[in-house]
Amino acid sequence: MANDSRHARRGLAASRDPDPVDRRLINALQGDFPLSERPFATVGEALGLSEDEVIRRLHSLLEDRVLTRFGPMFQIERMGGAFCLAAMAVPETDWDRVLDIVNAFPEVAHNYRRTHVFNMWFVLATASPPGIADVAGRIEALAGVKVRLFPKEREYFVEMKLEA
Amino acid sequence: MHQPSANDSVQRHDDFERRLMRATQAGLPLVPRPYAELARQLGCGEEDVRQGLAAMLARGAIRRIGAVPNHYAIGYTANGMSVWDIDDTFVDDVGELVGALPYVTHCYRRPRQLPDWRYNLFAMVHAGSREGALAHVAAVAALIGTRFPDACRAHDVLFSTAILKKTGVRLGHFS
Repeated sequence: MANDSRHARRGLAASRDPDPVDRRLINALQGDFPLSERPFATVGEALGLSEDEVIRRLHSLLEDRVLTRFGPMFQIERMGGAFCLAAMAVPETDWDRVLDIVNAFPEVAHNYRRTHVFNMWFVLATASPPGIADVAGRIEALAGVKVRLFPKEREYFVEMKLEA
Repeated sequence: MHQPSANDSVQRHDDFERRLMRATQAGLPLVPRPYAELARQLGCGEEDVRQGLAAMLARGAIRRIGAVPNHYAIGYTANGMSVWDIDDTFVDDVGELVGALPYVTHCYRRPRQLPDWRYNLFAMVHAGSREGALAHVAAVAALIGTRFPDACRAHDVLFSTAILKKTGVRLGHFS
């Protein structure tokens, strides 16, 4: 537990820098991953890497937190679920206690510390739209800090890719 | 006697997609034949898994299958959430304009929370340094000022100083 909270205070930094081959692999994996029988072999072919090396590098990139995830990215609104950005103005003296409460909720998908009076920003993901207000209410009750909800009213088109 | 109906088939289809989602929310299995491995876990055919994923991709239930980099690790150390108080009349036009910029990775309209929060447009900018991100934000402000004079009443940028949790969407609590 003590270990967990030190980890949380430091932030989930990667434990190493990706090498040039890793970077090419990361860039290739931000596009469409093949639905072929042996997709890692297909990806490797384009990069001049063996299937085995692609898999080994992916393991290591995830282990070292250079990648946070590898797999399908679900648009859960289309699966009947709901997402909502939320923020809290957490008193600095109460930071660790509130952080542990918020992060313990499986519905909290991402959480960032930010430079503002609203200093904790997280994404709630629930199985149905009413779940958002319900989880926000439970967090508020436990933390004793108001949860502000910023539901997405409209999304503007962006290109979802950052060059590694 | 129970007759199979179209509803039953829709229900079975939804159940399969939910099971597929649960099986992959922690990530794809890192084995040579990941779809065959998922099929084994789900007790179906490999082809069912591949077709299921293809169908969900086609209708947008899956945005894409791929890697999610830790922005910090690939050099985008300054992750700035720029927020804008834009006249409601122009906010959608401004949102389209800002979303199209290459360094903006997310762009959304969200409700204000007056009096504590006046901003209704959120645009995430990524750069290699805080100065770089601030330069992007200044460029956005200048662009909005040129294209939609007086539409922007205030803006701010919130930098992230730590990732406190990043698990992706886990829906273990999905029934």
